[in-house]
Amino acid sequence: MSILILAEHDNKSLKPATLNTVTAATQIGADVHLLVVGFECQTVVEQASQVAGVSKVLVADNAVYEHQLAENVSKLVVDIASGYGHILAPATTTGKNTLPRVAALLNVAQLSDVIKVESADTFVRPIYAGNAIATVKTTDAVKVLTVRSTGFDAAASTGGNAEREVLSQVIASDRSRFVKEQLAESDRPELTAANVIISGGRGMGNGENFKLLEGVADKLGAAIGASRAAVDAGFVPNDLQVGQTGKTVAPDLYIAVGISGAIQHLAGMKDSKVIVAINKDEDAPIFQVADYGLVADLFDAVPELEKSL
Amino acid sequence: MKILVSVKRVIDYNVKVRVKADHTAVDLTNVKMSMNPFCEIAVEEAIRLKEKGIASDVVVVSVGSKSCQETLRTALALGADRAIQVETEDGLDSLSVAKLIAKVAQEEAADLVIMGKQSIDSDNNQTGQMLAALLDYPQATFASEVVIENGEAHVTREIDGGLQTLAITLPAVITTDLRLNEPRFASLPNIMKAKKKPLDVKTPADLGVEVGSNVSIVSVTPPPQRAGGIKVGSVAELVDKLKNEAKVVS
Ligand SMILES: Cc1cc2nc3c(=O)[nH]c(=O)nc-3n(C[C@H](O)[C@H](O)[C@H](O)COP(=O)(O)OP(=O)(O)OC[C@H]3O[C@@H](n4cnc5c(N)ncnc54)[C@H](O)[C@@H]3O)c2cc1C
Repeated sequence: MSILILAEHDNKSLKPATLNTVTAATQIGADVHLLVVGFECQTVVEQASQVAGVSKVLVADNAVYEHQLAENVSKLVVDIASGYGHILAPATTTGKNTLPRVAALLNVAQLSDVIKVESADTFVRPIYAGNAIATVKTTDAVKVLTVRSTGFDAAASTGGNAEREVLSQVIASDRSRFVKEQLAESDRPELTAANVIISGGRGMGNGENFKLLEGVADKLGAAIGASRAAVDAGFVPNDLQVGQTGKTVAPDLYIAVGISGAIQHLAGMKDSKVIVAINKDEDAPIFQVADYGLVADLFDAVPELEKSL
Repeated sequence: MKILVSVKRVIDYNVKVRVKADHTAVDLTNVKMSMNPFCEIAVEEAIRLKEKGIASDVVVVSVGSKSCQETLRTALALGADRAIQVETEDGLDSLSVAKLIAKVAQEEAADLVIMGKQSIDSDNNQTGQMLAALLDYPQATFASEVVIENGEAHVTREIDGGLQTLAITLPAVITTDLRLNEPRFASLPNIMKAKKKPLDVKTPADLGVEVGSNVSIVSVTPPPQRAGGIKVGSVAELVDKLKNEAKVVS
Protein backbone atom coordinates (compact mmCIF):
# COMPACT_ATOMS: atom_id res chain seq x y z
CA MET A 1 0.00 0.00 0.00
CA SER A 2 1.19 3.49 -0.78
CA ILE A 3 1.60 6.48 1.49
CA LEU A 4 -0.13 9.77 0.76
CA ILE A 5 1.30 13.08 1.99
CA LEU A 6 -0.65 16.30 1.95
CA ALA A 7 1.98 18.79 0.72
CA GLU A 8 2.48 22.08 2.60
CA HIS A 9 2.70 25.06 0.25
CA ASP A 10 1.37 28.56 -0.38
CA ASN A 11 0.56 28.08 -4.09
CA LYS A 12 4.01 29.52 -4.88
CA SER A 13 6.50 27.18 -3.28
CA LEU A 14 6.67 23.85 -1.53
CA LYS A 15 7.37 24.38 2.20
CA PRO A 16 10.35 22.64 3.83
CA ALA A 17 8.12 20.81 6.36
CA THR A 18 6.93 18.65 3.45
CA LEU A 19 10.47 17.34 2.99
CA ASN A 20 10.72 16.18 6.61
CA THR A 21 7.38 14.44 6.21
CA VAL A 22 8.67 12.65 3.10
CA THR A 23 11.53 11.27 5.20
CA ALA A 24 9.06 10.00 7.80
CA ALA A 25 7.10 8.34 4.99
CA THR A 26 10.15 6.64 3.49
CA GLN A 27 10.92 5.25 6.95
CA ILE A 28 7.45 3.70 7.02
CA GLY A 29 8.41 2.07 3.79
CA ALA A 30 6.07 2.04 0.85
CA ASP A 31 5.63 4.08 -2.26
CA VAL A 32 5.30 7.81 -1.43
CA HIS A 33 2.79 10.08 -3.18
CA LEU A 34 2.49 13.84 -2.66
CA LEU A 35 -0.88 15.53 -2.95
CA VAL A 36 -0.74 19.20 -3.97
CA VAL A 37 -4.08 20.94 -3.41
CA GLY A 38 -4.19 24.61 -4.34
CA PHE A 39 -4.79 27.12 -7.06
CA GLU A 40 -2.37 28.13 -9.80
CA CYS A 41 0.22 26.08 -7.99
CA GLN A 42 2.19 24.81 -10.98
CA THR A 43 5.60 25.76 -9.53
CA VAL A 44 4.74 23.78 -6.41
CA VAL A 45 3.95 20.79 -8.58
CA GLU A 46 7.32 21.18 -10.35
CA GLN A 47 9.13 21.26 -7.02
CA ALA A 48 7.10 18.38 -5.62
CA SER A 49 7.96 16.11 -8.54
CA GLN A 50 11.66 16.62 -7.93
CA VAL A 51 11.66 15.62 -4.28
CA ALA A 52 13.77 12.52 -3.79
CA GLY A 53 11.74 9.48 -2.78
CA VAL A 54 8.43 10.64 -4.20
CA SER A 55 7.03 8.41 -6.96
CA LYS A 56 3.85 10.28 -7.83
CA VAL A 57 2.44 13.79 -7.48
CA LEU A 58 -1.34 14.19 -7.42
CA VAL A 59 -2.57 17.64 -8.31
CA ALA A 60 -5.88 19.34 -7.56
CA ASP A 61 -5.50 22.85 -8.94
CA ASN A 62 -8.73 24.83 -8.77
CA ALA A 63 -9.98 28.17 -7.43
CA VAL A 64 -12.03 26.31 -4.78
CA TYR A 65 -8.78 25.12 -3.22
CA GLU A 66 -6.97 28.47 -3.25
CA HIS A 67 -6.95 28.88 0.55
CA GLN A 68 -6.74 25.17 1.37
CA LEU A 69 -9.77 25.21 3.62
CA ALA A 70 -10.12 22.16 5.84
CA GLU A 71 -13.70 21.40 4.82
CA ASN A 72 -13.19 20.64 1.14
CA VAL A 73 -9.55 19.56 1.25
CA SER A 74 -10.42 16.85 3.79
CA LYS A 75 -13.23 15.58 1.56
CA LEU A 76 -10.88 15.48 -1.42
CA VAL A 77 -8.33 13.48 0.55
CA VAL A 78 -11.00 11.03 1.67
CA ASP A 79 -12.20 10.74 -1.91
CA ILE A 80 -8.81 9.45 -3.06
CA ALA A 81 -7.91 7.61 0.16
CA SER A 82 -8.56 4.05 -0.98
CA GLY A 83 -5.31 2.30 -1.76
CA TYR A 84 -3.38 4.22 0.86
CA GLY A 85 -2.29 2.59 4.10
CA HIS A 86 -0.99 5.83 5.58
CA ILE A 87 -2.01 9.45 5.17
CA LEU A 88 0.45 12.04 6.46
CA ALA A 89 0.74 15.79 6.72
CA PRO A 90 3.32 18.04 8.33
CA ALA A 91 2.23 19.12 11.84
CA THR A 92 1.88 22.73 10.71
CA THR A 93 -1.22 24.81 11.35
CA THR A 94 -2.49 23.73 7.92
CA GLY A 95 -1.90 20.04 8.56
CA LYS A 96 -3.33 20.25 12.06
CA ASN A 97 -6.40 22.00 10.71
CA THR A 98 -7.19 19.51 7.98
CA LEU A 99 -5.95 16.04 8.84
CA PRO A 100 -8.18 15.35 11.89
CA ARG A 101 -11.18 15.86 9.61
CA VAL A 102 -9.75 13.24 7.27
CA ALA A 103 -9.29 10.82 10.18
CA ALA A 104 -12.84 11.38 11.47
CA LEU A 105 -14.36 10.91 8.02
CA LEU A 106 -12.41 7.66 7.66
CA ASN A 107 -13.48 6.66 11.20
CA VAL A 108 -9.88 6.16 12.34
CA ALA A 109 -7.60 7.77 14.91
CA GLN A 110 -5.06 10.46 14.17
CA LEU A 111 -1.61 10.30 15.72
CA SER A 112 -0.45 13.89 16.14
CA ASP A 113 3.09 15.27 16.09
CA VAL A 114 4.91 12.02 15.37
CA ILE A 115 8.64 12.38 16.05
CA LYS A 116 9.79 8.85 15.27
CA VAL A 117 8.73 5.88 13.18
CA GLU A 118 9.26 2.55 14.96
CA SER A 119 7.52 0.49 12.31
CA ALA A 120 4.62 0.78 9.88
CA ASP A 121 2.14 0.66 12.77
CA THR A 122 4.10 1.96 15.76
CA PHE A 123 5.04 5.58 16.25
CA VAL A 124 6.53 7.86 18.89
CA ARG A 125 4.99 11.17 19.92
CA PRO A 126 5.51 13.64 22.75
CA ILE A 127 2.68 14.23 25.23
CA TYR A 128 2.35 16.59 28.22
CA ALA A 129 4.36 19.34 26.51
CA GLY A 130 7.15 16.88 25.80
CA ASN A 131 7.48 15.87 29.45
CA ALA A 132 6.60 12.33 28.47
CA ILE A 133 7.21 10.39 25.29
CA ALA A 134 4.54 7.93 24.21
CA THR A 135 5.08 5.00 21.88
CA VAL A 136 1.75 4.04 20.35
CA LYS A 137 0.59 1.25 18.09
CA THR A 138 -2.40 1.46 15.82
CA THR A 139 -4.28 -1.30 14.07
CA ASP A 140 -6.49 1.10 12.10
CA ALA A 141 -6.73 0.14 8.43
CA VAL A 142 -5.59 3.61 7.41
CA LYS A 143 -3.05 5.28 9.66
CA VAL A 144 -3.40 9.04 9.77
CA LEU A 145 -0.45 10.97 11.19
CA THR A 146 0.85 14.50 11.45
CA VAL A 147 4.63 14.69 11.46
CA ARG A 148 6.73 17.03 13.52
CA SER A 149 9.51 18.40 11.31
CA THR A 150 12.14 18.46 14.02
CA GLY A 151 11.93 14.66 14.32
CA PHE A 152 13.09 13.94 10.78
CA ASP A 153 15.79 15.19 8.41
CA ALA A 154 14.60 16.85 5.24
CA ALA A 155 14.47 14.68 2.13
CA ALA A 156 16.54 16.02 -0.78
CA SER A 157 14.53 18.60 -2.70
CA THR A 158 15.97 17.44 -6.02
CA GLY A 159 16.92 14.18 -7.63
CA GLY A 160 13.43 12.74 -7.88
CA ASN A 161 11.32 12.42 -11.00
CA ALA A 162 7.76 11.67 -9.99
CA GLU A 163 4.96 11.01 -12.43
CA ARG A 164 1.99 13.37 -12.24
CA GLU A 165 -1.70 12.75 -12.03
CA VAL A 166 -4.30 15.49 -12.32
CA LEU A 167 -7.35 15.10 -10.09
CA SER A 168 -10.62 16.29 -11.51
CA GLN A 169 -12.71 16.46 -8.33
CA VAL A 170 -13.91 19.99 -7.66
CA ILE A 171 -15.36 20.16 -4.15
CA ALA A 172 -16.68 23.54 -3.07
CA SER A 173 -16.54 24.81 0.48
CA ASP A 174 -19.82 26.66 0.63
CA ARG A 175 -20.09 27.29 4.36
CA SER A 176 -16.54 28.45 4.97
CA ARG A 177 -15.19 31.50 3.23
CA PHE A 178 -11.76 33.09 3.21
CA VAL A 179 -11.93 36.77 4.20
CA LYS A 180 -8.37 37.98 4.59
CA GLU A 181 -4.86 37.20 5.66
CA GLN A 182 -2.17 39.18 7.42
CA LEU A 183 1.06 37.39 6.77
CA ALA A 184 4.32 38.43 8.33
CA GLU A 185 6.87 39.58 5.77
CA SER A 186 10.45 38.98 6.67
CA ASP A 187 13.77 38.55 4.91
CA ARG A 188 14.93 36.33 7.71
CA PRO A 189 14.86 32.54 7.52
CA GLU A 190 11.60 30.85 8.49
CA LEU A 191 11.54 30.05 12.21
CA THR A 192 11.00 26.32 11.78
CA ALA A 193 13.73 26.01 9.15
CA ALA A 194 16.40 28.32 10.64
CA ASN A 195 19.83 27.08 11.75
CA VAL A 196 20.10 29.81 14.34
CA ILE A 197 17.30 31.40 16.37
CA ILE A 198 17.43 34.24 18.84
CA SER A 199 14.28 34.57 20.94
CA GLY A 200 13.14 37.27 23.31
CA GLY A 201 10.80 37.06 26.29
CA ARG A 202 9.02 39.36 28.68
CA GLY A 203 12.42 40.60 29.82
CA MET A 204 12.73 42.50 26.52
CA GLY A 205 10.38 45.05 28.03
CA ASN A 206 8.75 46.20 24.77
CA GLY A 207 8.61 45.59 21.03
CA GLU A 208 11.08 48.35 20.24
CA ASN A 209 13.78 46.51 22.19
CA PHE A 210 13.50 43.51 19.86
CA LYS A 211 15.71 45.63 17.56
CA LEU A 212 18.55 44.58 19.85
CA LEU A 213 17.94 40.97 18.82
CA GLU A 214 17.77 41.94 15.16
CA GLY A 215 21.33 43.23 15.36
CA VAL A 216 22.54 39.81 16.51
CA ALA A 217 20.22 38.00 14.08
CA ASP A 218 21.68 39.96 11.15
CA LYS A 219 25.19 38.83 12.05
CA LEU A 220 24.23 35.19 12.55
CA GLY A 221 21.67 34.87 9.75
CA ALA A 222 19.21 33.96 12.48
CA ALA A 223 15.44 33.88 12.72
CA ILE A 224 13.75 35.72 15.57
CA GLY A 225 11.45 33.95 18.01
CA ALA A 226 9.60 34.82 21.19
CA SER A 227 7.96 33.45 24.30
CA ARG A 228 4.22 33.53 24.81
CA ALA A 229 4.59 36.37 27.32
CA ALA A 230 6.30 38.53 24.69
CA VAL A 231 3.55 37.78 22.16
CA ASP A 232 0.72 38.28 24.68
CA ALA A 233 2.22 41.65 25.65
CA GLY A 234 2.11 42.67 22.01
CA PHE A 235 5.89 43.03 21.59
CA VAL A 236 5.88 40.80 18.49
CA PRO A 237 3.30 38.96 16.33
CA ASN A 238 1.93 35.51 17.16
CA ASP A 239 3.82 33.71 14.43
CA LEU A 240 7.05 34.14 16.42
CA GLN A 241 5.83 32.11 19.42
CA VAL A 242 7.92 29.08 20.26
CA GLY A 243 6.52 26.44 22.59
CA GLN A 244 3.96 23.78 23.41
CA THR A 245 1.27 25.72 21.62
CA GLY A 246 3.43 27.69 19.24
CA LYS A 247 6.16 26.45 16.94
CA THR A 248 8.53 23.60 17.63
CA VAL A 249 12.09 24.35 16.61
CA ALA A 250 15.41 22.54 16.79
CA PRO A 251 18.11 24.78 15.33
CA ASP A 252 21.87 24.30 15.74
CA LEU A 253 21.90 27.32 18.04
CA TYR A 254 19.03 28.74 20.11
CA ILE A 255 19.66 31.91 22.10
CA ALA A 256 17.00 32.68 24.73
CA VAL A 257 17.08 36.26 25.93
CA GLY A 258 14.99 37.41 28.89
CA ILE A 259 13.03 34.15 28.87
CA SER A 260 12.51 32.34 32.18
CA GLY A 261 12.18 28.84 30.70
CA ALA A 262 8.64 27.73 31.56
CA ILE A 263 7.97 24.10 30.56
CA GLN A 264 5.60 25.30 27.85
CA HIS A 265 8.42 27.29 26.26
CA LEU A 266 10.99 24.50 26.68
CA ALA A 267 8.59 22.14 24.91
CA GLY A 268 9.20 24.06 21.71
CA MET A 269 12.99 24.39 21.78
CA LYS A 270 14.71 21.91 24.03
CA ASP A 271 15.76 19.69 21.15
CA SER A 272 17.98 22.49 19.83
CA LYS A 273 21.60 21.39 19.46
CA VAL A 274 23.16 24.21 21.47
CA ILE A 275 21.16 26.41 23.82
CA VAL A 276 22.37 29.75 25.13
CA ALA A 277 20.47 31.64 27.85
CA ILE A 278 20.93 35.26 28.78
CA ASN A 279 18.97 36.13 31.91
CA LYS A 280 19.65 38.35 34.90
CA ASP A 281 18.12 35.84 37.33
CA GLU A 282 20.69 33.13 38.02
CA ASP A 283 17.93 30.79 39.24
CA ALA A 284 15.84 31.04 36.05
CA PRO A 285 14.86 27.49 34.94
CA ILE A 286 16.14 28.20 31.42
CA PHE A 287 19.67 27.68 32.79
CA GLN A 288 18.84 24.03 33.49
CA VAL A 289 18.63 23.32 29.77
CA ALA A 290 21.22 25.84 28.59
CA ASP A 291 24.62 24.62 27.42
CA TYR A 292 25.97 28.11 27.98
CA GLY A 293 24.30 30.39 30.48
CA LEU A 294 25.17 34.04 30.97
CA VAL A 295 23.79 35.75 34.05
CA ALA A 296 23.60 39.35 32.91
CA ASP A 297 21.33 42.24 32.11
CA LEU A 298 20.31 41.70 28.54
CA PHE A 299 20.51 45.41 27.78
CA ASP A 300 24.27 45.20 28.40
CA ALA A 301 24.92 41.69 27.10
CA VAL A 302 23.03 41.73 23.80
CA PRO A 303 24.67 44.87 22.33
CA GLU A 304 28.04 43.52 23.44
CA LEU A 305 27.27 40.18 21.82
CA GLU A 306 26.39 41.90 18.56
CA LYS A 307 29.69 43.79 18.62
CA SER A 308 31.79 40.70 19.30
CA LEU A 309 30.36 38.58 16.50
CA MET B 1 -28.35 31.25 19.93
CA LYS B 2 -27.24 28.26 21.92
CA ILE B 3 -23.55 27.56 22.52
CA LEU B 4 -22.12 24.22 23.55
CA VAL B 5 -18.69 24.32 25.17
CA SER B 6 -16.65 21.22 25.94
CA VAL B 7 -14.30 21.15 28.91
CA LYS B 8 -11.64 18.64 29.95
CA ARG B 9 -10.15 17.92 33.33
CA VAL B 10 -6.37 17.67 33.00
CA ILE B 11 -3.23 17.88 35.09
CA ASP B 12 -2.73 21.50 36.20
CA TYR B 13 -0.36 23.30 33.85
CA ASN B 14 1.95 24.22 36.72
CA VAL B 15 2.48 20.65 37.89
CA LYS B 16 5.75 18.92 37.09
CA VAL B 17 4.85 15.84 35.07
CA ARG B 18 6.30 12.51 36.15
CA VAL B 19 6.22 9.24 34.28
CA LYS B 20 5.33 6.07 36.24
CA ALA B 21 8.26 3.83 37.05
CA ASP B 22 6.77 0.97 35.01
CA HIS B 23 6.62 3.25 31.94
CA THR B 24 2.93 2.67 31.30
CA ALA B 25 1.60 6.18 31.81
CA VAL B 26 2.07 9.54 33.45
CA ASP B 27 1.61 9.40 37.22
CA LEU B 28 -1.60 11.22 38.13
CA THR B 29 -1.95 10.10 41.74
CA ASN B 30 -2.33 13.03 44.15
CA VAL B 31 -1.63 15.48 41.39
CA LYS B 32 -3.50 18.78 41.17
CA MET B 33 -6.06 18.69 38.35
CA SER B 34 -7.66 21.71 36.70
CA MET B 35 -9.68 22.72 33.70
CA ASN B 36 -7.58 22.58 30.54
CA PRO B 37 -6.42 26.20 29.93
CA PHE B 38 -7.76 26.25 26.36
CA CYS B 39 -11.16 25.07 27.63
CA GLU B 40 -11.18 27.96 30.13
CA ILE B 41 -10.75 30.30 27.18
CA ALA B 42 -13.63 28.54 25.39
CA VAL B 43 -15.93 28.94 28.40
CA GLU B 44 -14.94 32.59 28.73
CA GLU B 45 -15.69 33.30 25.08
CA ALA B 46 -19.13 31.70 25.33
CA ILE B 47 -19.96 33.69 28.47
CA ARG B 48 -18.86 36.92 26.80
CA LEU B 49 -21.14 36.16 23.85
CA LYS B 50 -23.96 35.66 26.34
CA GLU B 51 -23.14 38.91 28.13
CA LYS B 52 -23.24 40.72 24.80
CA GLY B 53 -26.72 39.32 24.21
CA ILE B 54 -25.59 37.23 21.25
CA ALA B 55 -25.96 33.87 22.98
CA SER B 56 -28.98 32.93 25.04
CA ASP B 57 -27.81 29.68 26.48
CA VAL B 58 -24.39 28.25 27.34
CA VAL B 59 -24.26 24.48 27.92
CA VAL B 60 -21.01 22.81 28.99
CA VAL B 61 -20.17 19.19 28.39
CA SER B 62 -17.35 17.01 29.67
CA VAL B 63 -16.54 13.42 28.80
CA GLY B 64 -14.98 11.38 31.57
CA SER B 65 -15.31 9.83 34.99
CA LYS B 66 -17.28 11.35 37.85
CA SER B 67 -14.40 13.62 38.82
CA CYS B 68 -14.95 15.75 35.73
CA GLN B 69 -18.15 17.01 37.39
CA GLU B 70 -15.82 19.23 39.39
CA THR B 71 -14.63 20.81 36.13
CA LEU B 72 -18.21 21.22 34.97
CA ARG B 73 -19.06 22.98 38.27
CA THR B 74 -16.17 25.36 37.64
CA ALA B 75 -17.62 26.20 34.22
CA LEU B 76 -21.04 26.73 35.81
CA ALA B 77 -19.46 29.04 38.38
CA LEU B 78 -17.89 31.01 35.55
CA GLY B 79 -21.32 31.57 34.04
CA ALA B 80 -22.46 28.55 32.03
CA ASP B 81 -26.15 27.72 32.45
CA ARG B 82 -26.24 23.94 32.36
CA ALA B 83 -23.86 21.03 32.36
CA ILE B 84 -23.76 17.55 30.90
CA GLN B 85 -21.35 14.86 31.95
CA VAL B 86 -20.92 11.95 29.59
CA GLU B 87 -19.84 9.22 31.94
CA THR B 88 -16.92 7.17 30.58
CA GLU B 89 -13.52 6.06 31.73
CA ASP B 90 -10.92 8.85 31.65
CA GLY B 91 -8.55 9.22 28.74
CA LEU B 92 -10.91 8.19 25.96
CA ASP B 93 -9.45 8.77 22.48
CA SER B 94 -10.30 11.96 20.59
CA LEU B 95 -12.50 10.31 17.96
CA SER B 96 -14.75 8.72 20.59
CA VAL B 97 -14.97 12.03 22.44
CA ALA B 98 -15.84 13.79 19.19
CA LYS B 99 -18.58 11.22 18.48
CA LEU B 100 -20.10 11.71 21.93
CA ILE B 101 -19.99 15.51 21.73
CA ALA B 102 -21.45 15.36 18.22
CA LYS B 103 -24.51 13.55 19.61
CA VAL B 104 -24.83 16.05 22.44
CA ALA B 105 -24.54 18.96 19.99
CA GLN B 106 -27.32 17.44 17.88
CA GLU B 107 -29.60 16.74 20.85
CA GLU B 108 -29.05 20.26 22.13
CA ALA B 109 -29.39 21.77 18.66
CA ALA B 110 -26.36 23.93 19.42
CA ASP B 111 -25.71 26.73 16.94
CA LEU B 112 -22.06 26.95 17.87
CA VAL B 113 -19.61 24.61 19.57
CA ILE B 114 -16.56 26.22 21.16
CA MET B 115 -13.71 24.03 22.36
CA GLY B 116 -10.03 24.36 23.25
CA LYS B 117 -7.62 23.80 20.38
CA GLN B 118 -5.74 21.18 22.35
CA SER B 119 -5.58 19.68 25.79
CA ILE B 120 -2.28 20.02 27.56
CA ASP B 121 -2.11 16.32 28.48
CA SER B 122 -2.46 14.42 25.22
CA ASP B 123 -1.53 17.49 23.10
CA ASN B 124 -3.50 16.09 20.16
CA ASN B 125 -5.10 19.21 18.73
CA GLN B 126 -7.79 17.26 16.89
CA THR B 127 -11.09 16.79 18.72
CA GLY B 128 -12.71 20.02 17.44
CA GLN B 129 -11.78 19.27 13.84
CA MET B 130 -13.06 15.70 14.17
CA LEU B 131 -16.32 16.93 15.66
CA ALA B 132 -16.78 19.40 12.81
CA ALA B 133 -16.16 16.64 10.26
CA LEU B 134 -18.61 14.23 11.92
CA LEU B 135 -21.33 16.90 11.91
CA ASP B 136 -20.30 18.19 8.48
CA TYR B 137 -19.99 21.66 10.03
CA PRO B 138 -17.50 24.31 8.98
CA GLN B 139 -14.70 25.00 11.45
CA ALA B 140 -12.41 27.80 12.50
CA THR B 141 -9.51 26.50 14.54
CA PHE B 142 -6.90 28.39 16.64
CA ALA B 143 -9.15 31.43 17.06
CA SER B 144 -7.82 34.72 18.39
CA GLU B 145 -10.93 36.77 17.61
CA VAL B 146 -14.59 35.83 17.11
CA VAL B 147 -17.28 38.14 15.77
CA ILE B 148 -20.80 36.79 15.23
CA GLU B 149 -23.02 38.53 12.69
CA ASN B 150 -25.79 37.55 10.27
CA GLY B 151 -25.63 33.87 11.07
CA GLU B 152 -21.91 33.79 10.43
CA ALA B 153 -18.85 33.74 12.63
CA HIS B 154 -15.94 35.86 11.45
CA VAL B 155 -12.96 34.23 13.06
CA THR B 156 -9.36 35.38 13.09
CA ARG B 157 -7.04 32.40 13.30
CA GLU B 158 -3.42 32.15 14.42
CA ILE B 159 -1.61 30.34 11.64
CA ASP B 160 2.09 29.65 11.06
CA GLY B 161 2.54 32.62 8.75
CA GLY B 162 0.52 35.15 10.75
CA LEU B 163 -3.23 35.66 10.95
CA GLN B 164 -6.08 34.50 8.74
CA THR B 165 -9.75 35.49 8.88
CA LEU B 166 -12.50 33.10 7.81
CA ALA B 167 -16.25 33.55 7.70
CA ILE B 168 -18.08 30.36 8.61
CA THR B 169 -21.81 29.74 8.48
CA LEU B 170 -23.46 28.56 11.70
CA PRO B 171 -23.82 25.91 13.00
CA ALA B 172 -20.07 25.60 13.28
CA VAL B 173 -17.15 24.59 15.47
CA ILE B 174 -14.56 27.04 16.79
CA THR B 175 -11.40 26.05 18.66
CA THR B 176 -9.64 28.57 20.85
CA ASP B 177 -6.07 29.80 20.89
CA LEU B 178 -4.34 31.50 23.79
CA ARG B 179 -4.94 35.10 22.80
CA LEU B 180 -8.71 34.91 22.27
CA ASN B 181 -9.40 36.31 25.74
CA GLU B 182 -8.24 36.30 29.32
CA PRO B 183 -10.51 34.05 31.36
CA ARG B 184 -12.07 35.48 34.52
CA PHE B 185 -11.95 33.88 37.94
CA ALA B 186 -15.10 32.53 39.55
CA SER B 187 -16.38 34.58 42.47
CA LEU B 188 -17.39 32.89 45.71
CA PRO B 189 -21.10 33.70 45.36
CA ASN B 190 -21.02 32.29 41.82
CA ILE B 191 -19.31 29.13 43.04
CA MET B 192 -22.15 28.70 45.54
CA LYS B 193 -24.78 29.37 42.88
CA ALA B 194 -23.15 26.87 40.54
CA LYS B 195 -23.93 24.06 42.96
CA LYS B 196 -27.62 24.52 42.22
CA LYS B 197 -27.34 24.68 38.45
CA PRO B 198 -28.49 21.57 36.55
CA LEU B 199 -25.94 18.87 35.77
CA ASP B 200 -27.16 15.89 33.77
CA VAL B 201 -25.30 12.62 33.44
CA LYS B 202 -25.51 10.55 30.28
CA THR B 203 -23.80 7.40 29.14
CA PRO B 204 -22.45 6.59 25.69
CA ALA B 205 -25.33 4.08 25.41
CA ASP B 206 -27.85 6.88 26.07
CA LEU B 207 -26.29 8.72 23.17
CA GLY B 208 -26.11 5.61 21.00
CA VAL B 209 -22.36 5.87 20.56
CA GLU B 210 -19.95 2.99 20.70
CA VAL B 211 -16.60 4.11 22.05
CA GLY B 212 -13.25 2.43 21.56
CA SER B 213 -10.03 2.82 19.69
CA ASN B 214 -7.55 0.77 17.73
CA VAL B 215 -4.64 2.68 19.24
CA SER B 216 -2.78 1.18 22.18
CA ILE B 217 0.01 2.57 24.30
CA VAL B 218 3.21 0.56 24.07
CA SER B 219 5.12 2.68 26.57
CA VAL B 220 5.36 6.12 28.13
CA THR B 221 8.90 7.18 29.01
CA PRO B 222 10.54 10.31 30.34
CA PRO B 223 12.11 12.48 27.64
CA PRO B 224 15.86 12.30 27.13
CA GLN B 225 17.55 14.66 29.58
CA ARG B 226 19.91 17.32 28.33
CA ALA B 227 23.37 17.07 29.79
CA GLY B 228 23.92 19.99 32.15
CA GLY B 229 25.69 23.00 30.73
CA ILE B 230 27.93 25.64 32.21
CA LYS B 231 27.68 29.27 33.18
CA VAL B 232 30.01 31.62 31.35
CA GLY B 233 31.39 34.73 33.01
CA SER B 234 31.26 37.18 30.14
CA VAL B 235 30.07 37.81 26.61
CA ALA B 236 33.65 37.31 25.41
CA GLU B 237 33.76 33.85 26.99
CA LEU B 238 30.37 33.02 25.49
CA VAL B 239 31.49 33.95 21.99
CA ASP B 240 34.71 31.99 22.44
CA LYS B 241 32.76 28.87 23.49
CA LEU B 242 30.34 29.20 20.61
CA LYS B 243 33.18 29.53 18.12
CA ASN B 244 35.75 27.10 19.45
CA GLU B 245 33.90 24.55 21.60
CA ALA B 246 30.39 24.23 20.19
CA LYS B 247 31.52 25.40 16.74
CA VAL B 248 28.08 26.79 15.92
CA VAL B 249 29.34 30.27 15.13
CA SER B 250 32.10 31.04 12.67
C1 LIG C 1 -1.82 26.39 28.04
C2 LIG C 1 -0.55 27.17 28.03
C3 LIG C 1 0.22 27.16 26.88
C4 LIG C 1 1.39 27.90 26.83
N1 LIG C 1 2.13 27.85 25.68
C5 LIG C 1 3.29 28.55 25.64
C6 LIG C 1 4.12 28.53 24.47
O1 LIG C 1 3.79 27.91 23.45
N2 LIG C 1 5.27 29.23 24.48
C7 LIG C 1 5.69 29.96 25.57
O2 LIG C 1 6.76 30.59 25.52
N3 LIG C 1 4.94 30.01 26.68
C8 LIG C 1 3.74 29.33 26.73
N4 LIG C 1 2.97 29.41 27.86
C9 LIG C 1 3.33 30.40 28.89
C10 LIG C 1 4.41 29.97 29.86
O3 LIG C 1 3.82 29.24 30.92
C11 LIG C 1 5.13 31.21 30.45
O4 LIG C 1 4.19 32.05 31.06
C12 LIG C 1 5.90 32.02 29.40
O5 LIG C 1 6.71 31.18 28.62
C13 LIG C 1 6.76 33.05 30.10
O6 LIG C 1 7.41 33.87 29.15
P1 LIG C 1 8.77 34.60 29.53
O7 LIG C 1 9.80 33.61 29.91
O8 LIG C 1 9.08 35.54 28.44
O9 LIG C 1 8.33 35.52 30.77
P2 LIG C 1 8.71 35.43 32.30
O10 LIG C 1 8.44 34.08 32.84
O11 LIG C 1 8.10 36.60 32.95
O12 LIG C 1 10.27 35.58 32.28
C14 LIG C 1 10.94 36.77 31.98
C15 LIG C 1 12.41 36.53 32.26
O13 LIG C 1 13.15 37.66 31.84
C16 LIG C 1 14.21 37.89 32.76
N5 LIG C 1 14.57 39.29 32.65
C17 LIG C 1 13.80 40.37 32.91
N6 LIG C 1 14.49 41.50 32.66
C18 LIG C 1 15.71 41.13 32.24
C19 LIG C 1 16.88 41.85 31.84
N7 LIG C 1 16.90 43.18 31.81
N8 LIG C 1 17.95 41.14 31.47
C20 LIG C 1 17.95 39.79 31.49
N9 LIG C 1 16.88 39.07 31.86
C21 LIG C 1 15.77 39.73 32.23
C22 LIG C 1 13.62 37.51 34.10
O14 LIG C 1 14.65 37.17 35.00
C23 LIG C 1 12.73 36.32 33.73
O15 LIG C 1 13.43 35.10 33.89
C24 LIG C 1 1.80 28.66 27.95
C25 LIG C 1 1.04 28.65 29.11
C26 LIG C 1 -0.13 27.92 29.15
C27 LIG C 1 -0.94 27.92 30.41
